[in-house]
Amino acid sequence: MTVREFAEMQNLNILVEADMTRDISGGYCGDLLSWVMSRAQSDDCWFTVMGNINAVAVSVLADCACIVLCENAPLDEDAKKKAEQQDVNILSSDKNAFVLASALGAVL
Amino acid sequence: MSLIELHYEVPGDDFTRAGEASGDVKRQLKQLGFEPATIRNVVIALYEGEINMVIHAGGGEIDVSIDPDRIRMVLRDHGPGIPDVALAMQEGFSTAPDNVRALGFGAGMGLPNIKKYTNDMQIETEIGVGTTMYLRVDV
Repeated sequence: MTVREFAEMQNLNILVEADMTRDISGGYCGDLLSWVMSRAQSDDCWFTVMGNINAVAVSVLADCACIVLCENAPLDEDAKKKAEQQDVNILSSDKNAFVLASALGAVL
Repeated sequence: MSLIELHYEVPGDDFTRAGEASGDVKRQLKQLGFEPATIRNVVIALYEGEINMVIHAGGGEIDVSIDPDRIRMVLRDHGPGIPDVALAMQEGFSTAPDNVRALGFGAGMGLPNIKKYTNDMQIETEIGVGTTMYLRVDV
């Protein structure tokens, strides 16, 4: 499933559109950046409430397919700029991480 | 002399720039054709080191030497030093302040992650003088 397909399926808001054709092969939920960085896998969809610039860096280094900000967690302005520079897809939803990850798990 | 030698200055107390060195090293290793698993090990260790420098040491400097069979990193700061390295190496131990934790850091995973993702890790530290880490990732 591509990032765009998942976004459409769950009515996600697109905050930063980079490569929406990128495939999602798994998911990861977490907000502690060191924890996420060492455990999230390449092409994971990362569900978090961390919308800061460091989350963007972690997504790049862990090579996540996209960040999904859950429960309408805000995206900082400098994080948005960084994500645009580094081609990081960022989406958001009013749903929580459990609901979104369950939906993704059901279709992967 | 290594194939490629890189040098970075890490500014202190500037979380917006933390990750620039690891991001650049990632690009370079990709261009050189290193395996994704090797790149991942290097950049996780390096990013944790950068963050530690920003949180605890007021910045520092990083030297990276890239060879076909190994990548070596030296991270040097002039911060307060680490009073008890064995304690700092334990997962979950952290001295990070609350404002840093609010950013998603300070989980006590920094040094353990660095050890986990490198083949060799040596720490030289002196109270009031600073800390130098020598890291090596084998290809």
